[in-house]
Amino acid sequence: MSSPILKLIAQRIALGILLLLAISVLIFAGTQILPGDVAQAILGQSATPESLANLREQLGLNDPAYVRYFHWLGGVLTGDLGTAMSSGQDIATSIKGRLWNTLFLAFWAAIVAVPLAIILGLIAVRYRNGWVDKLISGLALASTSFPEFFIGYLLVYFFAVKWQIFPAISTVYDGMPFGERMQAIALPATALTLVVLAHMMRMTRAAILNVMQSAYVETAELKGLSAFSVIRKHAFPNAIAPIINVVMLNLAYLIVGVVVVEVIFVYPGMGQYLVDHVTKRDVPVVQAVGLIFAAVYISLNIIADIAAIVANPRLRHPK
Amino acid sequence: MSNELEFLSRRVASGKLSRRDFLGRAAALGITAPFANALLSSAARAAGPVKGGTLKAGLVGGESTNSLDPALMMTQVPFAFGKCWGEMIVELSPEGKLENRIAEDIGSSKDAKTWTLKIRDGVEFHNGKTVTAEDVAATLERHSDEKSKSGALGYMKGIETIKASGKEVVLTLKEANADLPYLLSDYHLIVQPNGGKDKPDAGISAGPYVVKTNEPGVRHGAERFANYWQGDKMGHADQIEVIVINDATARTAALQGGQVNMINRVEPKIVDLIKRVPGVTIRNHAGPGHYVFIMHCNTAPFDNNDLRMALKLAIDREEMLNKVLRGYGSLGNDFPINASYPLFSEIEQRKYDPDKAKFHYKKSGHDGTVLLRTSDVAFPGAVDASQLFQQSAAKAGIKIELKREPGDGYWNEVWNKQPFCASYWGGRSTQDQMYSTAYLSTADWNDTRFKRPDFDKMVLAARAELDEAKRKQMYHDMAVLVRDEGGLILPMFNQFIDATGAKVDGWVDDPHQELMNGYALAKCWLQA
Repeated sequence: MSSPILKLIAQRIALGILLLLAISVLIFAGTQILPGDVAQAILGQSATPESLANLREQLGLNDPAYVRYFHWLGGVLTGDLGTAMSSGQDIATSIKGRLWNTLFLAFWAAIVAVPLAIILGLIAVRYRNGWVDKLISGLALASTSFPEFFIGYLLVYFFAVKWQIFPAISTVYDGMPFGERMQAIALPATALTLVVLAHMMRMTRAAILNVMQSAYVETAELKGLSAFSVIRKHAFPNAIAPIINVVMLNLAYLIVGVVVVEVIFVYPGMGQYLVDHVTKRDVPVVQAVGLIFAAVYISLNIIADIAAIVANPRLRHPK
Repeated sequence: MSNELEFLSRRVASGKLSRRDFLGRAAALGITAPFANALLSSAARAAGPVKGGTLKAGLVGGESTNSLDPALMMTQVPFAFGKCWGEMIVELSPEGKLENRIAEDIGSSKDAKTWTLKIRDGVEFHNGKTVTAEDVAATLERHSDEKSKSGALGYMKGIETIKASGKEVVLTLKEANADLPYLLSDYHLIVQPNGGKDKPDAGISAGPYVVKTNEPGVRHGAERFANYWQGDKMGHADQIEVIVINDATARTAALQGGQVNMINRVEPKIVDLIKRVPGVTIRNHAGPGHYVFIMHCNTAPFDNNDLRMALKLAIDREEMLNKVLRGYGSLGNDFPINASYPLFSEIEQRKYDPDKAKFHYKKSGHDGTVLLRTSDVAFPGAVDASQLFQQSAAKAGIKIELKREPGDGYWNEVWNKQPFCASYWGGRSTQDQMYSTAYLSTADWNDTRFKRPDFDKMVLAARAELDEAKRKQMYHDMAVLVRDEGGLILPMFNQFIDATGAKVDGWVDDPHQELMNGYALAKCWLQA
């Protein structure tokens, strides 16, 4: 690997970090703009002027906003996310378990969804405009068009209630045997797969079809390669950048956008945790979760960028 | 055995189907009489408690902010789990009688002002220590302390001194109270080592199960306590688990799919569908629970009694009972007491009267809309009920604006904070307890802000009155006052509708609270 690539990658990462800092400012500012203050929210109805003043002092709310921001940022950088207002628990500890659950579910959904989407996309290109292509596209688009909760309830109805193959609720816990855990997440992972499948599949199909119009593919066809070999050797490597982009977008969705699926299957993940605390106006938790979600989004996008750079022969072999 | 036969024979065993009907239905399924009889006797044999297995309940009413501190218990999940690990001083039997637990005997002086609790020998805490009179006294002290924020504080304040000596705890009251033993059966008063003063949320008491896992808002699990003092009556399953399932559809699916053995709060609109599922039994029974719309009597515009009266008259109770509860309940009359309480007396039923409502509305001088906050979690069908209320009020010229609040956080942010919202009450075991919890000026849970010194005086006088006829008249007068001047709109009393899955046995209907007054997990067992 040559230095221009390393330089590009380093630039991307630096940009990502800068972006994350900017987002942290936005998150902090956003929660400051909200009406009322944290002390008022904690004390609620029983608030007296003295207790409000005491609590403001205790929480450092009398400092100017920028001092509080750097204080908060310093805490975040050293792994201290503060304590939740509503339950008094340490946020970092509570988030760790939840984040792990979310990543676990997203990982297995991705393991199924990404290869499946790409293979279906390749098959659709091979038989483009035939009935196989139309069937694959139709089914994938249909599964994406249904709302997530509808797919979730359908899966529950058939697989949990009628045939009783998988459990209807996906409560997972520490120390759960791996087999049981897999069985528990089978239905939510399937629901997520169905939701993200079409986007990736259609993008794969479109990107490869685009490349298929080029002269070198025609050459490959003329020299007698089979249709799949043309796609695999010539079309796919050149179409990979947009595919990676859309895959990463969907991976990000699997992590930050699964609230509905988590609620239906009673899965203790980040989405549920965030919603719980938003409804309680638990600002420190909302800030922490927002920052983590932003970090996930940005890092996945950086990975997509880097992968696209690395996959591009013109960047890999500069003149 | 086919699902259907199993279902039928269980119905016979629980007395819901006659033997003759069973034989007839069995014949219709092509089963011969001798075989059908054999089935029946096996269903009856299974009637004794079976030890072992894991009982699981999927319940609504748990949040990630729940705590094991009994003082802070408020929703269904901590309540039901508390009955598994906690032991009470005294409890109410399903028949409404007092059942002594940690107190072996409760006696009072003639003026009902001094009470003596004799503490039972040989009851053991989960940490191996023996329950002493000091522990009981410390428990009561903690719940009498403002700082504990206990839900029982309202009437615990009525206790002046708490003294432990030897095996006895002596309580002296500020005012005489003939109902004290009933008050001590409040679900918050779980006896903890040193009253939980050291670590209130340690989850240690002397109940039939020992807390093993506690993940608030997700699940709670416990194992049978080997040294439980009455192991023959409770603690049949080896383990119990409470899984928080706030989504009604997911809860029903979990029961049907067999992931849980029992659920609470089956929505009345799906009861008839669930009934037909083989293996599932609906457990519905009347109780003191009621669904309400509450107005703060001290907050504008609800500080005007004419406006309150207009809203009370603008609600169509019959329609609501039929449409929202599908008849699984009874009509309410704007005071929180019904025939399930001792000393209840009838008052003329308030009816839907748009004309009268219009009159009072005009007299109140209020103009514009009235904001009603509602949520799915307020009670099953609360959003539908609120919409019905909106429509019936519109006919009386009253514009109600609905605001749908998110479910999680409703009990912290809306109930007891906002001036007009939908809510529910589980009810209490005596009238005094109900009024002391939510209608005394000083009560923390006075969610209608009904602050009337004259009413407070009536509560205290009735409490001390030993003549039953006079007491009944006093409660009648109090009910009339709440009904005509309070902030409570009570359209209907609900029934508890729980459901159990296949193989759950030992269920006894209990009129006090849902899930057998919370004891379903501790008292039921799984058929072998």
